[in-house]
Amino acid sequence: MTTTGPARTTGAVAPVVAPMLELRGVRAAYDSIDVLHGIDLVVPAGQVIALLGPNGAGKTTTLKVASGLHPAAAGDVFIAGRRVNGARADELACRGLCLVPEGRGVFPNLTVRENLWVMTYAGRSRSEIEEAAYARFPVLAERRHQHAGTLSGGEQQMLAMARGLATDPALLILDELSMGLAPLVVEQLYGLVADVAAEGVSILVVEQFARVVLGVASRAAVMVAGHIVHEGLPAEIEATLSESYLGAGETEH
Amino acid sequence: METFLVYTFIGLTTAAIYAVIASGLVLTYTTTGVFNFAHGAIGMLAAFAYWQMHEAWHWPTLVAVLVDLLVLGPLLGLFLERVIMRGLGGTSEATKLVVSISLLVAMIGLANVLWNPDVGRTVYPFFNGRKIRLGPTALSYHQLITIIVAILVALGLRLLLTRSRLGVTMRAVVDDPALTQLNGAHPTRVAQFSWAIGCSLAALGGVLVVSSTVLNASGLALLIVNAYAAAIFGRLRSLPLTFVGAIILGLADGYLRGYLPQNDYLTALPLAAPAILLFIVLLAMPNRRLRTHVRTREYFPAPTVRGAVLFCIVVLLGGLMMATTMSTIDLPTYSQLFAIGIIALSLVPLVGFAGQISLCQLSFAGIGAVCMAHVGINGNPLGFVVAILVCGVVGALVALPALRLQGIYLALATAAFAVFLDQWVFHLPDFDVGPIHLGSTTVVPHIMHFSTFSLGSVNVSTVKLFGYNVITPTAQMVLATVLFVICFAIVCFIRRSRFGRRLLAMRDSEAACATFGLDLLGTRLSVFAMSAAMAGLGGALYGTQLTAVTPDRFNFVAGLPIFMMVVVGGAGFASAGLFAGVSLNALLPFMTTVFNSFGKYQLILTGGVGIGLGREPSGAAPQIATGFIALREDLPVIVSMLCLMVVTWAGRLINLYPNWPMLIALFVIFVGAVAIASRRRLVARGIARAAVTGAAAADVEEVPLEWVGVTVPWTPELLAKTEQVLGLGSVTYEAVGAATIRRGGAS
Repeated sequence: MTTTGPARTTGAVAPVVAPMLELRGVRAAYDSIDVLHGIDLVVPAGQVIALLGPNGAGKTTTLKVASGLHPAAAGDVFIAGRRVNGARADELACRGLCLVPEGRGVFPNLTVRENLWVMTYAGRSRSEIEEAAYARFPVLAERRHQHAGTLSGGEQQMLAMARGLATDPALLILDELSMGLAPLVVEQLYGLVADVAAEGVSILVVEQFARVVLGVASRAAVMVAGHIVHEGLPAEIEATLSESYLGAGETEH
Repeated sequence: METFLVYTFIGLTTAAIYAVIASGLVLTYTTTGVFNFAHGAIGMLAAFAYWQMHEAWHWPTLVAVLVDLLVLGPLLGLFLERVIMRGLGGTSEATKLVVSISLLVAMIGLANVLWNPDVGRTVYPFFNGRKIRLGPTALSYHQLITIIVAILVALGLRLLLTRSRLGVTMRAVVDDPALTQLNGAHPTRVAQFSWAIGCSLAALGGVLVVSSTVLNASGLALLIVNAYAAAIFGRLRSLPLTFVGAIILGLADGYLRGYLPQNDYLTALPLAAPAILLFIVLLAMPNRRLRTHVRTREYFPAPTVRGAVLFCIVVLLGGLMMATTMSTIDLPTYSQLFAIGIIALSLVPLVGFAGQISLCQLSFAGIGAVCMAHVGINGNPLGFVVAILVCGVVGALVALPALRLQGIYLALATAAFAVFLDQWVFHLPDFDVGPIHLGSTTVVPHIMHFSTFSLGSVNVSTVKLFGYNVITPTAQMVLATVLFVICFAIVCFIRRSRFGRRLLAMRDSEAACATFGLDLLGTRLSVFAMSAAMAGLGGALYGTQLTAVTPDRFNFVAGLPIFMMVVVGGAGFASAGLFAGVSLNALLPFMTTVFNSFGKYQLILTGGVGIGLGREPSGAAPQIATGFIALREDLPVIVSMLCLMVVTWAGRLINLYPNWPMLIALFVIFVGAVAIASRRRLVARGIARAAVTGAAAADVEEVPLEWVGVTVPWTPELLAKTEQVLGLGSVTYEAVGAATIRRGGAS
C-alpha cells in the first residue's frame, strides 16, 4: 500500500498530486432521513481544511462517511486517489487514516498505556507508539498507569491526539477538538495541529465554533443543512460566517 | 479435623468449578455487554457431549476433553456470536436478557431431545477417582486437577486481558466499539474471540462438574447458576474478586453440607445458600450513579381508549365463546391462560413502562396461591384480597433493598429471591413465630402461624362470589376472563395516567426525573408493589384453577417462559399479557394435542421464539397490531365482523355444528374482515393522496424548509428557494481543478 505517501505521478506531462481525501457528490441518510445532500469536498495533500457549520449541519456524518463508519448512499469517496467506498473503518485505519472522534476519543476503562496499545493495529510496535506519544505529551508518561477515564478533559484529548499521531497517519480527521475544553487548552491543541500540518500530514478539522480553527486552516468550507454553502480562504469565510450561521448560535472565540 | 479437611477440599473443588464458569461469564459480559444466562447451559451441553464421547463411544478421556474444549466449545461460541448476539446492539437489558434466557430454555430442550432424560447416565471422575493421601485425609486426582485448572485459568485470563493486544482490545470494545474500529481493530473478530473463549470456559466447567452430580439437563444448567453469584462478587468486571467470590461460595457450600444440623427446616438451606449470598452481595454493591439518557431500539406508544375497549370486548367475547363451547375436560387447561395472562400482565408496568426487570413474578404468584389456599378456605373471596395485599407488601419488601439495582443486577437479585423461595421457603414445614418462653414467663407472645406448601401440596378451594360457588369449569373460565379484562384495563389506565408517564420518564432518564423533583424511590416502590399484587391475584386465580398446588408450579425456571413471552410480545403493551398467556397456555397445549411429538420440541420452540426477539426488539404485539391497523380504525367492518362471529357462535350454541367448523368459520370471518378493512383503507388513502398532491402542486411555497429532506425530497426548486431564503443566491464558485474545495449541490 502506498497510500501513506502523498505524492502520486499520473502521466508524463506534469506531476499532479492527488488530493488526500476527496468526496464527490456524497449523500448519506439515517434510516429514511437524508442528512447529506451531495457533498463535494477536497482535502489536498499536506493542507489543513476546516469544515464549519452550525449544529446538525451534517459535519460529523461527513466525517463518518469519509472514515468508513457510515455508508454513503450515493457518490464516491477517494483517499489518495483510490476509491474506497464500502471499505470498513478498521481497514482505512490500518492504511493511514485517523479520525479523532467528537468528545473524547479514549477508552475510559483502560489505562493510558493500554489505550496506546490498542493503536498497534496500524503496524507500529507498542514501544514505538509509547515513545512517540510520551515524547509529544510528557504528561501522558506520568499518567501511564492511570485509567483514561480519570484524566482531565485536556489530557484525554491529548491521549486521543497521541493515538492519531503515533501511527504516522497520512490523513488526520479531527471532530470538534475544542468540545468542552478550556480556551487555553484549545489554543495549545491547535498549536499542535499547526505543527503536525507542518510535518506534511493532511488534516480535516470540523468545528462548530469557528474562529480558532480558521487560524490554522489553509482553506475552509461552511456546511448548512447537508450542503456545502461557502468555500474559500479563511479570511473570506470569517467575513461571511455570521451570515451563514443564520442565528444558529454565537460564534465567539 | 478430618471432617473439616474433607469439607474444605470439597468446598475448594466446588470453588474451582464456580471460578472457571464465572470467569467465562465475566469475560463475555465485559467484552460484549451480554450477560449470558445460557452460560451454564453451554457447560451442560458440553458435559453431555463429554458423556457421549467418553462413556458412549469410549473415546480416551484426554481426546474427549480436548474435543470438547477446543472444538465444540469455540464452535458453539462462534455460532452464538454470528447468529444470535450480533443483532443485540442497542437493545434494552430486558431484550438481551430474554434472548439469553431463551437460549437457556432452548438448550435444555435440545439436550432433552438429543439425550433422553429418562435414561440414567453417569460420568466417572478422572483417573476413576484415585486419590492421593494427604495427612489424615485424601484428595482425589479429580479434585486436584480441578483446583489446578482453576488456578491456570486465572493466570491465563489475567495475562490475556492485560498483556495481549487482543485482550486489551477486547476490553476496549466494551468502552467504545466504533473507536476500536477507528484504531484498526476488527470488532466482529474480537467479539467472536471472546465468545469462543467464554464458551470454552463454560465447557471446561461443565466437564469438571459433571462427575460430582447427576447428568440432568435443567439441573446442570441451573446448578451452574450458582456460579453467577461468584461473578457478582467481582461486579461482573474484576476477575480476581470473582475468584475470591468463588472461594467464599465454594467453602460456604462445603461447610454447610458438613456442619448444618439436619432437620426439616434446614435440609434445603444449602441449595438456597448461593442465592442468599448473591442477594447479600448485590445489596453491598456501591450506589450506582443515576442513569441519564438511554438509547434503545424499543418503542411503545400508549394504547388508544378505543383500542383498549375494543380489545376488552374481543377478549370477553372470546372467553365466553370458549366457556360455552369447550368440553369440560379442555376448559380447565385453557382457562389457565387467563391466570398466566394476569401474571404476565403484571410484568408490563414493571418491565415495559418502568424498565425494571423482575424474574420473580411467578414466585409472587406462588405466595398468592398459598394465601388463597389458607385464607380462601371454603371459597372465601377474602383469599383474593389477602393474596393481593400480602404480595403487594412482599413485593415492596423485595423492592426496597433491590431499589438501588438496575438492569442485570436487578434481574439477578429478583432471580435470587425466586430461587430462595422455591429452594427453601416453599419447602418449609409449617412453623410458628413465637411464642418464646423464658422459664415460665412468655417473653414474646404467639405472633403468627406460617404455612407454605406444608411439605407437599396444598388444596385451594374454588371461590364463592356473592353466594355463587364458581366451581364448574364454565364458571371458572368466565371468572378468569373477567379478572383478566379488569387487570388489562388497569394496566391500560396506568399507561395513560400521570403515574404511567412518570414510569416512562423514569425509564428514559432517572437523572432528569430526579432534577424535576420526582420521587424515584416512591415511584419504583409503588410500581413493584402494584405489579407483585397483580401477580399475587394471578397466582390465587391459578391456584383455584389447579385445585391443588405444589411448589414446583412456582419455581424460578417455570417463571422464565412467562417473562420471555411478555418481552417477546412487546413488554410495553398490555396485550403482551394476553400474548404470553395464549402462547404458553393455549397454543402449546393445542399444538401438543394436534401433533403428539410436539411436546418434545416445545422447549426448543419456545426458546427459538425468544431468540428471535433480537431481530425485532419492540416485540411481536406491535407487528401483529400493524397487521390489524386498518381493521382497528374501521368501525363498520368491526361491527359487522363481531356480529357475524356472534352469529357463528350462536349456531354452535344451538348445536348446528361442532367446534371445529366454528373455529374455521371464525378464522375465515376474521381474515375476511382484515382483508376488507385493508382494501377500504387503500381506497380511502388513494383519494386522500390525490387531494393532497393536487394541493401541494399548486403551492410549492407552503413547504416548510426545515423539513425538506425529511418529509419532502429535495428538488431543484426547493434548493433554489433555500438558497434564496438563506441569502446565498449571489455567491458563486468555480471549480479550479481537483485540488480545491468545490461547491456543494447538484452539479
